[in-house]
This record gives sequence, C-alpha cells and structure tokens, in this order.
Amino acid sequence: MALLEVSDLRTEFTGKNGTVAAVDGVSFTVSRGEALGLVGESGCGKSVTALSLLRLLPASARIAGGSIRLDGRDLLALGEREIRRIRGREVAMIFQDPMTSLNPIMPVGRQIAELLECKLHLSRRRARLRVIELLEMVGIPSPTTRVDAFAHQLSGGMRQRIVIAMALSCQPKLIIADEPTTALDVTIQAQILSLLRALASDLGTALILITHDLGVVAGMTQRIHVMYGGRIVEKATTQELFANPRMPYTWGLLRSLPRLDHPRADRLTPIDGAPPDLADGAAGCRFEPRCGHRQEICGASEPGLVSAPRHTIAEDGHEVRCWATQPDGWLADATTTAGQP
Amino acid sequence: MTQTSAHATPHSSAATPAPQPPLIEVTDLQVHFPVRAGILFDHQVAAVRAVDGLSFSLHRGEVLGLVGESGCGKSTTGRAVARLERPTAGSIRLDGTDISRLRGTELRRVRRRVQMIFQDPFASLNPRMTIGQLVGEPLGVHRLVAKDERPVRVAELLRTVGLDPASVSRYPHEFSGGQRQRIGIARALAVEPEVIVADEPISALDVSIQAQVVNLLADLRAAYGLAFLFIAHDLAVVRHVSDRVAVMYLGKIVELADRDDLYAHALHPYTQALLSAVPVPDPVVEQHREQIILHGDVPSPMSPPSGCRFRTRCWKAQEVCAEVEPPLVELATRHWTACHFPDVT
Ligand SMILES: Nc1ncnc2c1ncn2[C@@H]1O[C@H](COP(=O)(O)OP(=O)(O)OP(=O)(O)O)[C@@H](O)[C@H]1O
Ligand SMILES: Nc1ncnc2c1ncn2[C@@H]1O[C@H](COP(=O)(O)OP(=O)(O)OP(=O)(O)O)[C@@H](O)[C@H]1O
Ligand code: SF4
Ligand SMILES: [Mg+2]
Ligand SMILES: [Mg+2]
Repeated sequence: MALLEVSDLRTEFTGKNGTVAAVDGVSFTVSRGEALGLVGESGCGKSVTALSLLRLLPASARIAGGSIRLDGRDLLALGEREIRRIRGREVAMIFQDPMTSLNPIMPVGRQIAELLECKLHLSRRRARLRVIELLEMVGIPSPTTRVDAFAHQLSGGMRQRIVIAMALSCQPKLIIADEPTTALDVTIQAQILSLLRALASDLGTALILITHDLGVVAGMTQRIHVMYGGRIVEKATTQELFANPRMPYTWGLLRSLPRLDHPRADRLTPIDGAPPDLADGAAGCRFEPRCGHRQEICGASEPGLVSAPRHTIAEDGHEVRCWATQPDGWLADATTTAGQP
Repeated sequence: MTQTSAHATPHSSAATPAPQPPLIEVTDLQVHFPVRAGILFDHQVAAVRAVDGLSFSLHRGEVLGLVGESGCGKSTTGRAVARLERPTAGSIRLDGTDISRLRGTELRRVRRRVQMIFQDPFASLNPRMTIGQLVGEPLGVHRLVAKDERPVRVAELLRTVGLDPASVSRYPHEFSGGQRQRIGIARALAVEPEVIVADEPISALDVSIQAQVVNLLADLRAAYGLAFLFIAHDLAVVRHVSDRVAVMYLGKIVELADRDDLYAHALHPYTQALLSAVPVPDPVVEQHREQIILHGDVPSPMSPPSGCRFRTRCWKAQEVCAEVEPPLVELATRHWTACHFPDVT
C-alpha cells in the first residue's frame, strides 16, 4: 500500500465570476521514503494540491471531489481535530516563505519545542535539548544560542533551516515542500537542497517537492508529475521524464530553458502564448492554444491521462495526456531525444 | 578605498586598447546608504556600503551581465548608472562626460539616454493609466513627439514589443505578466535610449514566458544597437544574453571576463561556487556532478569582513585574505579577478 493515495482530487474556488476548478481530477501516489516532484508554471495548481492534502485551503476554496488516503485513512473524512493531529505529526509542510511558518514574536527554538511538547508530550527540558539537536542537524551554527533567537534576527537561509528542523521535529512520514528554495540565493539553495536530500534519505521520510525549476527536481526526486492548468499532464520517473518526455508541453518547457550543461544557443525557443485562464473552461486539451502539434480533435475534446505507447518508452508508469502522443495518436511513434522531437 | 589603480582598470584590456571609448565608464563607484539613529539629535551611526568601489565599462551595443547574490549591490549599481541613485563617490562617464553629479535639466537629458526596465512589471506600471497613456507618457515628458503624432508612435512601439496596437485603451491588470513586461520595455524604448539597465527583467515571469522576453530583448539590441546592463541571478540566462559578465560579492566586483571565458574558466572561488550551485535539468548529470557547497551566509554590508570579503565562506582562505584586500587584476586576457589564490593553472 502506498503511503499517500490521492485520487480524482478536485478543488474549487468560488468567486464573483463563478466557480473555478484550480485542481481538476488529480490522482497520484507517494510510497514510503519516496521523493515525488510536482512541477509546472505559476497558477497550474501545485500549491492548491498541496494545501488540499492537509486541508489548509483558504475559505473561498473547497474540495469538491476525490479522496486522499494516508496509510489507508481517508483524510477527507476526518474531523478538524483529527486532521490537526496529522499535521506536523505525520505530514509536515515547508513553504516558500519561512515566515509563513514562523511566529515573529516567539524565539524560534520555543516554537519547535512547543510542537514537541504538544505532539510528542516531551517535557519542557527534554524538548529544549531535542530542539538544540535538531538545529544542529539542520546546520545552524551555534545552536545553543540561536535557539533563543527571533526569526527576524536570522537570514533567509537560516530561517528556512529552522522551518526544516520544525518539519522534521515529529519525524513525519511525509514532508510537502512547496518551493522551499525559490526565495533563496543559488548558493543557499544548494545548501538547503543537499540538507533536505540527506535528511529525507537518512530518516526515510517521503517528500513531495513542488517547484517550477526543472533543475531542482532533476537532482532531488525519483518520479515527476508535470501539471498544467489544474491537471496532471505527464507522469514519469525522473530519468524517463528528462530522457524521453512525451507531452508537447514538457518538450516546450525543456526547450525553453537556457542551460549551463549545453552549448550556448543563439536563440531560445519559447512556448508562445500564455498559461491558460482556468475560468475559460475550455473543452479541449488545456495546452491546445499554445501547442505546435495540435489537430482538430485537440480543441474539441480533452485527452485522458493514459500510458504512453510501450515501444516509445524505456520505463513503465509513463503516462501522458495528449492526443498526439497517446498510443494511436499522430505522434505516437515520434522518437524524442531530450525533448527535441 | 581604491582597489584598482587608475592606469589599470577593467575597462578594457591593457594589451589591446579598445578602438572606441566605452559608452559608459564607471570608475571606483561607491553608493553608501546612511543608517541613522537618534530622536533629538539625528545622526548617522553607520553606513550600508551597498556598492563599494566598482569599476567597469559598457561599450555601444554590448551586453554586460551583472550577477551575484541577493543584497550584493546589483540593483544599486544599476540605479546609479541610470542616475536614479546619487553615487557617494566615484565617477560614471557617459560618452566621456561625468554624469555622477548632474542635477535638473542636464540630469533629465541623461535619463533619456539611459533607461531602466524593472523586475516587477506589476509594481512599475501605474494601474490607473491605459497602455496608450503609459507608453505615450515618456514621449511627453521628454518632449520627443508632438502631441497629435503620439498615437502613431505609440502604436509603432507596441508593435515593436509584440503587443497588439489595438490594446491602447486597456489597463495593465488586463494583461499577463509577460505582456506587462513588454509594456515596460515599450516605455523604456519610447525615448530612444542608448543604454538599458535591465534589473531582473524576467525573474518574475513564468519559465515558458521568460524565453519570449529574452528573445525580444535580443531583437531590440540587434535592431537598435542598444547596450544593456543586464542584472539577473539566473546564471544560465546571463550566459545566454551577455557578451561579458561581472560577478559581484558584497559591493565589489570579484570577477569580470568575456562570457565564454568566465563560464569555462572561472578563476575566483566565489564564481566557481556560484556556477556549481546551479541545478542542471538532467538527472544523469545531477547524480555525478561535483558541487561546491558554500558554508554560512553573506555577511552584512554594514560591516564587511576585512581583507577579502569572501574569505568567511571561502575554502581557500589563508591569513593574508583577512589582512590584505585582493585587487581586481587582469590575470588572463580581458579576464579580471580579485583573489589571492585564483585558480590559474
Ligand atoms: N485564494 C485564491 N482565490 C482564488 N483563486 C485562487 C486562490 N489561490 C489560488 N487560486 C487559483 O488556483 C489556481 C492554482 O493556484 P496555485 O497557487 O495552486 O498555483 P501554483 O501552481 O502553486 O503556482 P505558483 O507557481 O505561482 O505558486 C490559480 O490559477 C488561481 O486561479
Ligand atoms: N535605499 C536604501 N537604503 C538603505 N539600504 C539600501 C537601500 N537600497 C539598498 N540598500 C541595501 O544595499 C545593499 C544592496 O542592495 P541591492 O538592492 O543593490 O542588492 P541586489 O544585489 O540588487 O539584491 P537582490 O538580488 O536582492 O535584488 C543591501 O544590503 C540593501 O539592503
Ligand atoms: S492534445 Fe493536441 S494540443 Fe494538446 S498537447 Fe497533445 S497535440 Fe498538443
Ligand atoms: Mg504555488
Ligand atoms: Mg536587486
């Protein structure tokens, strides 16, 4: 049994222009100790997916369908008190802005200690000692003094380390990290990523890593799901996704990046147009207006997420939502080398 | 605190004198921000040394990339060059004339020649003005085009940046982020500048949109011979757009070289660490890549470390690094580095 099983999740926002499904029929699983990457452009529904998992959505949103199972328990059926026990204890979350998780008027160590006291019932003294251990583990210099510091006295990178320490404090089974390094400098990002990688594998914690940066997921995850317009449009192992992407949107994303590991190109290859406005409720493939491979059917009806043709893929479990590259599509046989069909 | 002597500055190679004088020549630029305290007797207690002795040049039609970590002084440098900031010391020559102390009308004339594009296309556009008004405004401010000819010029500018001229009466919020950035670019182009200081022009945009804007800037450069000071933290984008690249650390340039040279043979440990920190979108490469993980954080620009400012995070640092500030010297042709132990082989 997978640790986390999300099926057909649909999360809607209701506003003055009606109801919009920000996440629409999203299904995926995460195994124990596995790192899954969720990538896609701004507004594609990555954060709403993450927030739905822990039922941390804003008031204007509601989960309109689907199920979320953690260790077999349906999280959507739990009461408010029960879900609160799961948060932090079994599933922890790391946000882009560490200040989302930190209380500005309480010493950082006290905040983690309170978690330990409340969720693991440690004594005040034991909790403090454990906090110092945790701070040391996440590489905070002089943890015995930093434990009493306030968030504003720390740099952005150090704050994110504190948040990681907090997330690890109750030894959760799953950590959801939503753009944990997007606000940080590259050298600090490298520190934090290598820390997350080492800790997650040492402790056997499963990880959902959300980012728009394909470079970040390449080195951090075993599998990747690509999202577009509230839907998952491609699922594959990390190796397979980069070696053999099957969805035109993924091709476009990979091609539009200037890369340090490739010779410099004279010109970049952008994806024309802009990400979809979910309120439009288009009938067809959500990528259709921007896709260079579209045919008539693409605008008329939406393709399902299906297994890519066996002979085009190297590893099983590679799924794609595209009329052209599904088994009987017009690009079913296209062989791709690193996203250059 | 001059780190480079007057006769050897990284404006051009000492060996091959530049055939043309640079369009912009920055020498020992300093921009310090006072930190004040006191209620009755307001007085300066310290200074943020945001930019602390920079020298570089920018030639006509050239793109100079400026990279470095948050707070190292990239924006302040850009703002000083566009004269949105008054330098504390040093000179900025535009076509030979020092513009660092100008005021009033003369300053306005300079501002026309050096335009700025900002990171946040949302914040830099007045939400109550239409696109036509926004792009037409600089034409009026600088009295460039007679009022009745303005609509024609505005339409032309919108077409240049890839926007539909029919959208003149729409407002910024009706456009996507990438389109808003195009509006900002059209505004900058309106006054026919010679230099554009682009401060993180694509950082706020989606990955798939970034490439559109990068290509647009390349087209404009080719069409109008514009020079760019291109500020960004994405090292792959900077390699793509720049002819030369300057790497900053805590208010100083630590390395400055031709693009290919810098990316293939970085000499400064900080540049090496910066390049190795960039994650590569290829899991096979990522698995085998050697990474330099720097320890610690960037020190405060209010009290930078003595000697070499990078020494607190540098794995090569020796005693001399704390005592003597390494000057920016030309170690290879057109390749300038400020380090006591540069990686010369
Ligand atoms: N508070 C809100 N009110 C209304 N709609 C919202 C709200 N938050 C999100 N949405 C909608 O949900 C969609 C998905 O948003 P989400 O935050 O999940 O995107 P994301 O993939 O995390 O993007 P980013 O990379 O910008 O963080 C958006 O397109 C937006 O329309
Ligand atoms: N108006 C100001 N008053 C006081 N300090 C300032 C001011 N503007 C900038 N600074 C400080 O000067 C230093 C350099 O800032 P600057 O904005 O130039 O950095 P940057 O390299 O552009 O960083 P980023 O990548 O975050 O944009 C920072 O420490 C900043 O806090
Ligand atoms: S379904 Fe059609 S429009 Fe959508 S990605 Fe595939 S080819 Fe392109
Ligand atoms: Mg998000
Ligand atoms: Mg800046």
